[in-house]
Amino acid sequence: MSGRVLVGVKRVIDYAVKIRVKPDNSGVVTDGVKHSMNPFCEIAVEEAVKLKEKKLIKEVVAVSCGPQQSQETIRTALAMGADRGIHVEVAGKDYETLGPLQVSKIMAALAKKEDAQLLILGKQAIDDDCNQTGQMTAALLDWPQGTFASEVSLDGDKVKVVREIDGGLETIKISTPAVLTADLRLNTPRYATLPNIMKAKKKKIANVKPADLGVDLTSRLEVLKVEEPPQREAGVKVETVEDLVGKLKETGRI
Amino acid sequence: MSVSVMAAILQRTMRLRAALRPLYPHSTLTCTARLSPADVHSPFLACGSGQFVASTRKLHVEPKSSPDGAPERLPFSKVTEEDLAYFRKILAGRTITDPDLLESSNVDWLKTVKGSSEVLLRPQTTEEVSQILSYCNSRNLAVNPQGGNTGLVGGSVPVYDEIILSTSLMNNILTFDNISGILTCQAGCVLENLSLYLEERDYIMPLDLGAKGSCQIGGNVATNAGGLRLLRYGSLHGTVLGLEVVLADGRVLDCLATLRKDNTGYDLKQLFIGSEGTLGVITAVSILCPRKPKSTNVVFLGCETFEELLKTFQLCRGMLGEILSAFEFLDSECMRLLNTHLKLPNPITDCPFYIVIETSGSDQDHDSQKLDNFLEKAMASTLVTDGTVATEQSKIKDLWSMRERVTEALTHDGFTYKYDISLPVERIYQLVTDMRQHLGDRAKSVVGYGHVGDGNLHLNITSPAKDPALLAAIEPFVYEWTASCQGSISAEHGLGLKKRNYIYYSKPSQAVALMGNIKAMLDPKGILNPYKTLPDDLK
Repeated sequence: MSGRVLVGVKRVIDYAVKIRVKPDNSGVVTDGVKHSMNPFCEIAVEEAVKLKEKKLIKEVVAVSCGPQQSQETIRTALAMGADRGIHVEVAGKDYETLGPLQVSKIMAALAKKEDAQLLILGKQAIDDDCNQTGQMTAALLDWPQGTFASEVSLDGDKVKVVREIDGGLETIKISTPAVLTADLRLNTPRYATLPNIMKAKKKKIANVKPADLGVDLTSRLEVLKVEEPPQREAGVKVETVEDLVGKLKETGRI
Repeated sequence: MSVSVMAAILQRTMRLRAALRPLYPHSTLTCTARLSPADVHSPFLACGSGQFVASTRKLHVEPKSSPDGAPERLPFSKVTEEDLAYFRKILAGRTITDPDLLESSNVDWLKTVKGSSEVLLRPQTTEEVSQILSYCNSRNLAVNPQGGNTGLVGGSVPVYDEIILSTSLMNNILTFDNISGILTCQAGCVLENLSLYLEERDYIMPLDLGAKGSCQIGGNVATNAGGLRLLRYGSLHGTVLGLEVVLADGRVLDCLATLRKDNTGYDLKQLFIGSEGTLGVITAVSILCPRKPKSTNVVFLGCETFEELLKTFQLCRGMLGEILSAFEFLDSECMRLLNTHLKLPNPITDCPFYIVIETSGSDQDHDSQKLDNFLEKAMASTLVTDGTVATEQSKIKDLWSMRERVTEALTHDGFTYKYDISLPVERIYQLVTDMRQHLGDRAKSVVGYGHVGDGNLHLNITSPAKDPALLAAIEPFVYEWTASCQGSISAEHGLGLKKRNYIYYSKPSQAVALMGNIKAMLDPKGILNPYKTLPDDLK
């Protein structure tokens, strides 16, 4: 086994930022807005780095698809302990229509090229909430998948994954190479410490174009409209029980 | 330091003891400071290490003679049914007499002082405040103005049955000029709400503190709150441009100008900033707000010694000067409390001291460059042993919590004795070390943290329950230590109820006497926030 783990990291709008819809309803405002690594991707990177620290795997490679700024996201992964990065350059119109299917094709191509033992992704991105990339990539590669992982343990050429499902927890054993997607309780991502931030500056980030991987970026989806959710109306305070009954009758509730 | 200077310090302390003697009538104050020749060269001599022994004071039992115990009730009128009828007429539905509803307004945030007020008034306009005060003045009823009730010196709650005048319903923003950045609002606006309002318009409040979710701007001004941004934006004495204040007899003083420069006569608003509700009730504020920085970074660093921490501060000032917006510290004991009581993990490895540095600037790339250079230098010179950086909102919030939530963690550790001291920067931690040595096993935890960039230490001591013997060991040791460095016994928290009688440690009696004159002129009947801020012996 190559002992190489690929981790996909996505650059998204920081979760603490208040989201604004563009006036033309074509999307959300991203210019000048604080971006950061998708929280589930952070958990994925942490898991990969942990595996390397336990000497169960040899190399962690962080991958991101997007414009120039995606390199910052890769640097964060490097500061957390990844060994090198791959920036798949997607910009402009292509970036606006980039979705799980295209990313899965890119990931699949890279996983084969890098001879990865494991591909770890976050279970979903907090901007589109798709929860599709991991599953699609596994299907394209015809690899087993351990999704919504809350616990991962390597055992020779097998991986034991405890999955978070509606009914509780499901434990499965799959063979490598495999795709895993990280859920919230898998681990607590570390803060990147200064010595590692300094070291990360010297680590390599390779530049790759989707065409080099033989991937076609045309989207089969078209976003028609993006709207804000309906405003939550303020409640009304009443002074007496009679008023309350009156108001309930007024609004046709009783 | 010369022997003559040390002698002068000793003399000053002797005068202090003389001034305090009336408050300790049954105790014996003995000064046993020995100045041996060897001490002349000791850099820490003047500030209470080893050789300067605190007086031995017998603990006095009767509460009325204890300097921070409650004074006797002054002869104000008691609230009658007629009074209530009047209040209910002008404030229909906003005159609270239900004991359950009054409960929380009678107790301070630290749960250490409790009043027995039976009336809570909630005006919405300046006119209503004027009517209330005019009436109370004529009836000789005492009034306790109350904002967010987050004060830490017992100044925001009644001592006896003073009427609580809450500004909570006076929460309107009046105007905002986005060219000058001048905001005017009513005194009851919650600081965090003002921050959110301004941030949407690309500005920020010039002050920020841990209590932001509850504290009100009127209260902030009345206590001259300092906070985490003072290093960069200065104090409220500089950023407040105008105030509207209702005086004790109901007269409305309109000094709510929104001018950056106005040298026409005495600057009356300065009197009310920091007056803790004893000279007038602030009803509206106009304040100058800075632009929201485009680039914010927070750094969390670990240092082995306090000397290295101070050298890091020097380095930081030199390399990050114009973008530095906060420089805070906490010690390993604080980290232990955060880990234990709030389950907040240490972002870096365990170190004796931690620093939180915030930079705010207009260009992300420039600031990152400056920050990187500083961090490389700090690590290379081993002034700093570990650290982490945050540029994203969410991570910035997490790192700031390590400093902002220490106060909260302390409340879970037991009864807290809080001291907010201004000292020369290089002496700050010596007080913590000396206190630990002085108390030994008697205290549960002794922690130090605060605005080291401003020379402001928050020294906190905890014990499982309120312990008069421990208190006697802490005070007046801490005040004398502070006075010997000519420090302030209350850097930003104010005096309130708890520290009113210690004012003489930091102000000469002539100054205090003049404060009394001003109080008598503005509030002849003394109805505004009695028993607070000014010492008992001033009557």
